[in-house]
Amino acid sequence: MSKIHVSTEINGDQVEFLCETDETLLDVLRDQLGLTGAKEGCGTGDCGACSVTVDGRLVCSCLVLGAEVEGSAVTTIEGMADGDALHPLQRHLLEGAALQCGICTPGVLVAAKALLDKNPDPSEEELRYWLAGNLCRCTGYDKIIRSVMTAAAEMRGEKS
Amino acid sequence: MNVKRKFKVLGTRPVRPDGVEKVTGKALFGADTYATGMLHARILRSPHAHARIVSIDTSAAEALAGVKAVITSADFGEVDSEMTRDTMHNCMANGVALYDGHAVAAVAAISKSVAAAALKLIKVEYETLPHVTDVDAAMQPDAPVLHANRQHRSVVAGTPGNVVYYCDFGHGDVDAGFAAADKVIERTFKTAATHQGYIEPHACLANVGSDGKADLWCSTQGHYNVRLICAEIMGMDESQLRVTASEIGGGFGGKTTVFIEPVALALSRKAGKPVKLVMSRDEVFRASGPTMSASMDIKIGMNADGKITAGHAKLRYQGGAFPYQMVMMGAMSAFATYDLEHVRAEGWDVMTNRPKMISYRAPGAPMAVYAVESVIGELAAEFDLDPIDVRILNASREGTKSSYGPTFKAIGLVESLEAAKAHPHYSAPLGANQGRGVSCGFWFNFGGQVSVSMAINADGTVNLIEGNPDIGGSRASISMMAAEELGIPYEKIKTIIGDTASVGFSDVTDGSRVTFAVGIATINAAKAAKAEMCKRAAKTWGIDVDAVEWIDGAVHPTGHNAGEFPPLSLAEIAANSGRTGGPIAGHHEGAPDKAGVSFGVHLVDTEVDPETGFTTVKRYTVFQDVGKAIHPSYVEGQMQGGAVQGIGWALNEEYIYGEDGRLQNAGFLDYRIPVASDLPMIDTVIIEVPNPGHPFGVRGCGETAIVPPLAAVGAAVCAAAGVRLFELPMSPPKIMAAIDAKK
Ligand code: FES
Ligand code: FES
Repeated sequence: MSKIHVSTEINGDQVEFLCETDETLLDVLRDQLGLTGAKEGCGTGDCGACSVTVDGRLVCSCLVLGAEVEGSAVTTIEGMADGDALHPLQRHLLEGAALQCGICTPGVLVAAKALLDKNPDPSEEELRYWLAGNLCRCTGYDKIIRSVMTAAAEMRGEKS
Repeated sequence: MNVKRKFKVLGTRPVRPDGVEKVTGKALFGADTYATGMLHARILRSPHAHARIVSIDTSAAEALAGVKAVITSADFGEVDSEMTRDTMHNCMANGVALYDGHAVAAVAAISKSVAAAALKLIKVEYETLPHVTDVDAAMQPDAPVLHANRQHRSVVAGTPGNVVYYCDFGHGDVDAGFAAADKVIERTFKTAATHQGYIEPHACLANVGSDGKADLWCSTQGHYNVRLICAEIMGMDESQLRVTASEIGGGFGGKTTVFIEPVALALSRKAGKPVKLVMSRDEVFRASGPTMSASMDIKIGMNADGKITAGHAKLRYQGGAFPYQMVMMGAMSAFATYDLEHVRAEGWDVMTNRPKMISYRAPGAPMAVYAVESVIGELAAEFDLDPIDVRILNASREGTKSSYGPTFKAIGLVESLEAAKAHPHYSAPLGANQGRGVSCGFWFNFGGQVSVSMAINADGTVNLIEGNPDIGGSRASISMMAAEELGIPYEKIKTIIGDTASVGFSDVTDGSRVTFAVGIATINAAKAAKAEMCKRAAKTWGIDVDAVEWIDGAVHPTGHNAGEFPPLSLAEIAANSGRTGGPIAGHHEGAPDKAGVSFGVHLVDTEVDPETGFTTVKRYTVFQDVGKAIHPSYVEGQMQGGAVQGIGWALNEEYIYGEDGRLQNAGFLDYRIPVASDLPMIDTVIIEVPNPGHPFGVRGCGETAIVPPLAAVGAAVCAAAGVRLFELPMSPPKIMAAIDAKK
């Protein structure tokens, strides 16, 4: 089976890879590029653990083919912190103990950031519906919701 | 009253040591490692609920370019222990496929796509057999029996063959108790099987060398247990199999055994290369352990003042395709909350053509307690009594002889009930179509075997190695206990989970045991290190070791003959250790057993849409006695997470089997776990009645919280919809049917 050559941008870097025609973006990221921050919880678009953005749009990378990101800009959890400086979302999830096992955390962070990029001041309800695609079996979501709301307030420059 | 000790570190909320890796995507979970020359494996699974495997032809798969190994049960040897043999036959069917999804063959190939193509080339000839998936049907004399002659000696002679275990707990004379009651209610309940639903599928990477040594990396709650089982299946010495636990993406009991690890090891041995094996979500549902489903008869007598005169539970659990013993936990938990004169709980464990059950958070307890608490709620309503008052009147206390035998030491049930009654939630007004529910819950908590090794570094920092995978922040709580005992800052401690070759045996991370048992071992290891540091200081000062003592992170001279010396801190003693006798360390191995039971009380408000039967959870509060909360945020997290799993069990989650015995909803779309938009905030109230069996008062806290939600939500839904339901999940069609039946 001949492979497809793809050039794309990932977390700001130009990247080239060869992928099989049916290979998902998630598999390319994890198996070829060593970016294992995105997780496969289901492979069917139901859990959000594989969340990344493609050209600013939040997607389940298990439902995107590697070949589809030719010429796009992809961001993953690995691109969220600025060097050693954590993004406020990352910092607040940590401080708020919003992760237990942490397998859902990369997806939650990528999804929450995508929301705040569009809507810096979501209501609790908007946030809950936005994150409804990110399953977390450990936390009951309480601390995730609180931490994201606190991070959003800080990013808006409000005092917590 | 308990004199509460003042702590410096315990009760604070530091950031967990493994946190940054987990928010940056760097933490390595089961599927996140790769080896040079690694092969990808896939498993072929039975499409039948019950079928004899007539033949398996793997020749076409083996001939496919890129396929390096194909295995079937013929590639596994004999094992002596019955339990391990069952586990092995669950990992790979031995002549008979016992459930939809049972593994029948596996391949390892150079890529995922070649492995997938190879699966399609394996030809299996099946002869289908009659099947049974329902517990009551499986107990009938004419039901197809999964394994002949596997009944435990507890089973009464003549009982149909799928019944593999029977238990009977209690005291007093229940018939006399019922005769004395003002009212007796008897109900039958059913609860569906639910899955632990961890987001990370089972994953492992096995590498068997030509010298017979092997390395195994896997997502597990207990890598020593994995080693034990896999070494026996592979015919290896335990010392030759090194198992490393990856970061674990949830388990809840579901990762306390093996499903794929022996398959990966066998493939690696055959191919002579590292083999990675990762389950798909479909496989997780079809072939890793869900919990039991249940059918239960509950009979309870009560007097008009709310006093329970007697309780009798008959619990019938099905746990899938192999013999097991888990109903015992349900029978012991059913009435543990209450101080009863006459009580009896019987249980039957039953085999069916479903995946082999495995523990799920407080295994066996939630369904039994759901049934008992539902009847108590109904009786309280009969007599127009406050449901919390009734529970306080009958509650187990210190000195109560429990329904399963032992006498309780200090416990916090009454405190939890009183806190619930006094909470603003309990008196808040309800809206239209809303109802409030309350339920108690109980879990034993375990101790078990544990090993901890602690090195005091020359720069005054501490490395701690323990053997229990950290499933929800335990590295933080262990580091905190070490810091408290050593009197040094939390940040100076680094706790890691060692592989099976680097620290002694540790039991599985289960039974809410880690903070309790690893905590005790950590405290004792710290005590050993402190004793050594006292010796070093005494040596430095040239005085007797009896003339020094450890106070707050430093050694001080003590008594009037000791002499005047400025105290030596841990860091100073450590820095000098090379000149006073070499490295300083402490370790502890043991099996602490005073885990301390824990109780919780949940309050919930729900709203039921009378047009659709759809339930919304409006408000939720968890009260739980945790003994001592080491890291309160992670304790709250356990209370919240358990509550939400219980909400899912009550409202949505169920294994649905068709007439053909096949699972119909093996995915997160159709097996619906609660999502963020389904829920309100989950409020928590931590109650601390110290466990006398732990130096800091710790009780296990992880499991209790899944026990009360089933009946609490059940009562709230019944109150909101004005109907009585006796079956979980309370899905909209069931609620609508009950509403329609009432009209
Ligand atoms: S792995 Fe992509 S949504 Fe679950
Ligand atoms: S923290 Fe475990 S799934 Fe979210």
